[in-house]
Amino acid sequence: MSGTDTSRGPKSIWRQLADSKVLLLMCVPAIIFFIVFNYMPLPGAWIAFTNFNYRDGIFGSPFVGFKNFEFLIKSGQLWTLTRNTILYNLAFIVLGNILQIAIAIMLNEVRLAWFKKLSQAAMFLPFFISSVLVGVIAFNLLNYDTGALNALIKQTGGDPIKIYSSAGAWPLIIIMVHLWQSTGYGSIVYFAAIMGIDRSLYEAATVDGASAWQRIRFVTLPSLKPTFIILVLFALGGIMHGNFGLFWNLVGNNAALFQTTDIIETSVYRMVLSQNNFTTSTAVGLYQSLFGFALVMTANWIVRRINKDYALF
Amino acid sequence: MHSSDLARPIATEGVGFGPAKPRAIKLDGSDLLIRSISYITITLFALFCLLPFVMMLSASLSSEAAIMKSGFGILPKDFSLAAYEWIFKAPKQIIGSYVVTIVMTVFGTAIGLFIISMTGYALHRKDFPFRNHISFLIYFTTLFSAGLAPTFLWVARDLGLRGNYLAVFLQLLMTPWLIILMKNFMRTVPYEIIESGKVDGAGDFRIFAQLCLPMMKPALATIGLFLALGYWNEWYLSSLYLGSTVEFKPLQYHLYNIINTANALRNSVAGSNVSVTALPSNTLKMASAIVATGPILLLYPFVQKYFVSGITIGAVKG
Repeated sequence: MSGTDTSRGPKSIWRQLADSKVLLLMCVPAIIFFIVFNYMPLPGAWIAFTNFNYRDGIFGSPFVGFKNFEFLIKSGQLWTLTRNTILYNLAFIVLGNILQIAIAIMLNEVRLAWFKKLSQAAMFLPFFISSVLVGVIAFNLLNYDTGALNALIKQTGGDPIKIYSSAGAWPLIIIMVHLWQSTGYGSIVYFAAIMGIDRSLYEAATVDGASAWQRIRFVTLPSLKPTFIILVLFALGGIMHGNFGLFWNLVGNNAALFQTTDIIETSVYRMVLSQNNFTTSTAVGLYQSLFGFALVMTANWIVRRINKDYALF
Repeated sequence: MHSSDLARPIATEGVGFGPAKPRAIKLDGSDLLIRSISYITITLFALFCLLPFVMMLSASLSSEAAIMKSGFGILPKDFSLAAYEWIFKAPKQIIGSYVVTIVMTVFGTAIGLFIISMTGYALHRKDFPFRNHISFLIYFTTLFSAGLAPTFLWVARDLGLRGNYLAVFLQLLMTPWLIILMKNFMRTVPYEIIESGKVDGAGDFRIFAQLCLPMMKPALATIGLFLALGYWNEWYLSSLYLGSTVEFKPLQYHLYNIINTANALRNSVAGSNVSVTALPSNTLKMASAIVATGPILLLYPFVQKYFVSGITIGAVKG
């Protein structure tokens, strides 16, 4: 890669700037974007330690130390939110990866090209729609008066269920909708990994008399292991961050369901938008960011020890 | 350069759409069983994925009375176009929303694509001494953020963008992930091309615009589609920064309001002089959803392959 580089020794920073001013200029719009929308709000996290009011502003509002956090911990809210966020993500990660791998393996067994194309198109489709539409679909299926599920129950002579007020049903519903929306999309990565497996491994296995099941068990699955470990580790790194659009459009402001459905994102959104509560929401957000940051760093550290090539940094 | 297991399959374009590799494997009983299970399971799962769309379409084509009586189902009940007639009787709202969304999508995608490809190119250049610093500056935003409340206060109050379409438009222009994706795509341009441009005395921007960009069409298509989808499906930033301050809401946020508030449903089709109960609200919600999603569903078959390459290339780190 050295080619035309004729410089000797390290260049001064000014020389580097002059040499690469065009490349630097090309990055300027993006740099400004991230500074304005991601870095400038950072000092605002100070609100978490204040009794914020509009008039005094972020740094003029009275300092209250860790009081906002104390309130969150004592009220049990922080625990509920953390538990819900983590448990949902764990379910998504475990069930999601199992389903994705299963679908990818089965797609690989399929031989008809048109069938493969068509079924993939159907399976990716839910990923393309807005989460608002996911809410519409849930309404179509689950609402009390006209929902398809209750229509079916009534037809078979049963009593309709008030699904939108049964908190116990929602973990199952949310997990199902999540799998519906993301399995096809997630299977792509595994399918690509299967396509990359050395074909001679399969031929050797066949020559040795391995059945189709044995080829999956002893060739495909072990070959997917590195991809699986990396994807799961990074997913675990993001376990503090929930899929806001999904939860909000399925549950929204329906307080009857919060105990089992409220995650950090939905709670913060509600505090900001309908309660104008900036102190508690900032405290929750800061807690989420710090905890999440530690988790990503840990995940990356582990991945790095497994295989340096896969690490994020 | 990259010989890892993960990177290899990912470098291949359009994974999954090439013809299956011919394999001279004799089918025995277990093969046949696994293959049948695969066909059946995939068929069922594909139907499971499609069914809600079919039900939404069927519901929008049903009569309100039939839905009130027997609920939503898989097939249209008492076929009727009444819901669509309501929408297009007073189409001002929906057309306004369409215009807002289309303008944002077109300009946002074009501008975002330009900035992302410039940045991705510069960060790909190994002779750019600041590439690591700038990459870190961009990447760090995915690791740590101020959170919703401080960001909201900053954008709405300090930048004064509350009630301004720019609050939505600007924030969707780029993401760190799309820039990394572009950088990964740049690997498909042989470095010799850049070298040859330098030898010919072309400036860095000219090398980018005249030599690299023409070779980057698949990347531009993929990233452009992710951007366009982001703009088309946007409702979240609108709910935060626009609320009810604008007359014409972006399409998905308009739909969000129709679904969640009875008044929005009424205002969207008839103005306030019609009572809510006179409206076929169930079928109208479904018809609105179809109208707001239609273009995506129609374009979907043509753009799907670009997403696949985006996901597989994006799966490796930057």
